[in-house]
Amino acid sequence: MSTPTGRIRLTPHFESNLPSRNRKASLWQVLFRLSTTIGMIVLALLLYTVVNQAFGLVAIDNKVDPASFAVDGVQIEELDQETLIAVIEENVSKGKFRQLEREQPLAERTWEEVYQVVIDDVVEPKDIVGTWPLVESLTRKEEILAEVEQEHPQATVEFTSWIDPQFVTSPQSSDVLEAGVRTALLGSLLIIAITIVVALPIGIGAAIYLEEYASDNWLNRTIQTNINNLAGVPSIIYGMLGLAIFVRMLEPLTSGAIFGLTDPTTANGRTILSAGLTLAILVLPVLIINVQEAIRAVPNSLREGSYGLGGTQWQTIWHHVLPNAMPGILTGAILSISRAIGETAPLVVIGAATYITFDPDSPFSKFTTLPIQIYQWTSRAQGEYHNIAAAAILVLLMLLLSLNATAILLRNRYSRK
Amino acid sequence: MLTSDSIIAIQAHNLNVFYGDFRAVKDVDLSIERKKVTAIIGPSGCGKSTVLRSFNRMNELVPSARSEGQVLFMGQNIYDRQVDPVEVRRRIGMVFQKPNPFTKSIYENVAWGARLNGFKDGIGKPSMDEWVEHCLRKAALWDEVKDKLTQSGLSLSGGQQQRLCIARTLAVSPEVILMDEPASALDPIATLKIEELMRELAEEYTIIVVTHNMQQAARVSDYTAFFSMNDDRAGYLVEYGPTTQIFTIPQNKMTEDYITGRFG
Repeated sequence: MSTPTGRIRLTPHFESNLPSRNRKASLWQVLFRLSTTIGMIVLALLLYTVVNQAFGLVAIDNKVDPASFAVDGVQIEELDQETLIAVIEENVSKGKFRQLEREQPLAERTWEEVYQVVIDDVVEPKDIVGTWPLVESLTRKEEILAEVEQEHPQATVEFTSWIDPQFVTSPQSSDVLEAGVRTALLGSLLIIAITIVVALPIGIGAAIYLEEYASDNWLNRTIQTNINNLAGVPSIIYGMLGLAIFVRMLEPLTSGAIFGLTDPTTANGRTILSAGLTLAILVLPVLIINVQEAIRAVPNSLREGSYGLGGTQWQTIWHHVLPNAMPGILTGAILSISRAIGETAPLVVIGAATYITFDPDSPFSKFTTLPIQIYQWTSRAQGEYHNIAAAAILVLLMLLLSLNATAILLRNRYSRK
Repeated sequence: MLTSDSIIAIQAHNLNVFYGDFRAVKDVDLSIERKKVTAIIGPSGCGKSTVLRSFNRMNELVPSARSEGQVLFMGQNIYDRQVDPVEVRRRIGMVFQKPNPFTKSIYENVAWGARLNGFKDGIGKPSMDEWVEHCLRKAALWDEVKDKLTQSGLSLSGGQQQRLCIARTLAVSPEVILMDEPASALDPIATLKIEELMRELAEEYTIIVVTHNMQQAARVSDYTAFFSMNDDRAGYLVEYGPTTQIFTIPQNKMTEDYITGRFG
């Protein structure tokens, strides 16, 4: 089809604009690089703050002359039990004394035990009189030593790593030097296990249904829209939901009372099971959307190839769609699980304990988790709690990193095929 | 033209295909002879692929698609209620425009479909290894891949991938093979190989090929169907006959214009 204008010869004029186009291009490049740099700086600052708090000098005052506790000239080795208890009550904090009484009333203990308490908590109480962050510890070491020498002549100053194997394996304690994250770590791991077991099958199943089976009708569009919206709902709302459904409504189930595993008079629904189920519901929308994305990324030509050979819909999904979507599904799953590990607000709402010293040993145990433990320690006034909070943050970060590493390994294994 | 029923593999009667409200194919009557190569040619958008895909119910995978009329395969309407589309697609295989090997090994690409459809070895029957080799030989690919059967099907070149797709189609023992522009994504040498393959396969299988390339249709096919579309963009069959007749003495002016390149 030839048009009449084709016959007229037009000579177009092009203005040279290459330098200005290049300038614009490099401006954008600089901006993008800047935003990446800002992100890196923020990340570095975060790590700096945490690491700075997690290591450093500590001054511990633990040399008290036992003679100073002598009562009426009688040395403590020769005091009777009653007087020793009085010495303890006089010299430790009220809270510490109540805790000792709670562990086992002092009057019921043997003299040797009470004497040991006096030695541990009164004569050598290991009081932390000062902590310094890493950078300061390295740069101002002499000044710090002099300062401590002047104010606490008995104190020893040593370089401490707040995060060490003992920190990970010790349970929660009111003594900062003894305290660890074992309880919180176990709580986090158990809750995440329940979340994974519940959320993964439901999430992947729902995503398969929505992508492969659901026809494009009013109902399914509504479901899809709602899932997208639910992904943006604040996590505390899920906490309220968990409180209403799992903690209150399903209390016989989530407390374990229905299985006769717990004492029905003290059982309540604020358990690991409730927390895991709440987090499972919390991550479901994001998980479904991520898995849908992964399934959608599988080229349609593969499905056609399978159908063309006489594959049924399920054979097509199982043999071609899922294996090809697997790397994406794993990535989505790990992103969701990582989010769940860091969640604090919904667990506070459903009633995580802030101070428990015993290990959670079943889905029906009371629990605390790493983020809650960190939150609790950072809100304390004493500086040394901030140090163990930083150490706990490092533990949490390592947990997340190892999870992500597992995901990357799995993903590489699948995508090599 | 085509008279004896016994030599007819596929027969379309009054076939209409709709995408939603849009009629893509209008009143097609077409009889495909057994063990011959039939080419479907025509301008873009005239419904060639749609017709081809309605021959093994692949069109149903498009959510809004709907077919009316009959497609008789061995005398049975494949759109009958009691006919399972999965069985239809096993017996009427399909090779697609873009090579789409599975993300599995070369061996598995061929074996998967056979295993899926209940392949069993036994006395006097080929084992899976023999069957895979047989199919790869038929697709003229064996010599190129016999030392790397465990490698991914995606590691092959485009032309090899397409022959792998043909091999895996042969592996489920179809009677008809539908090819939707099987060489349009390939270079001339790979194209030539596919064309030679079609000629060889026609000794055993009925082949229907959609192509944009008229030389290809002239080279490989025994029969040619020319499709065009009318003003409401619905495709219809303009002329159908032996390839030599269509290309030398077309009965219809539109066919002649298209074949001589004066189309549009």
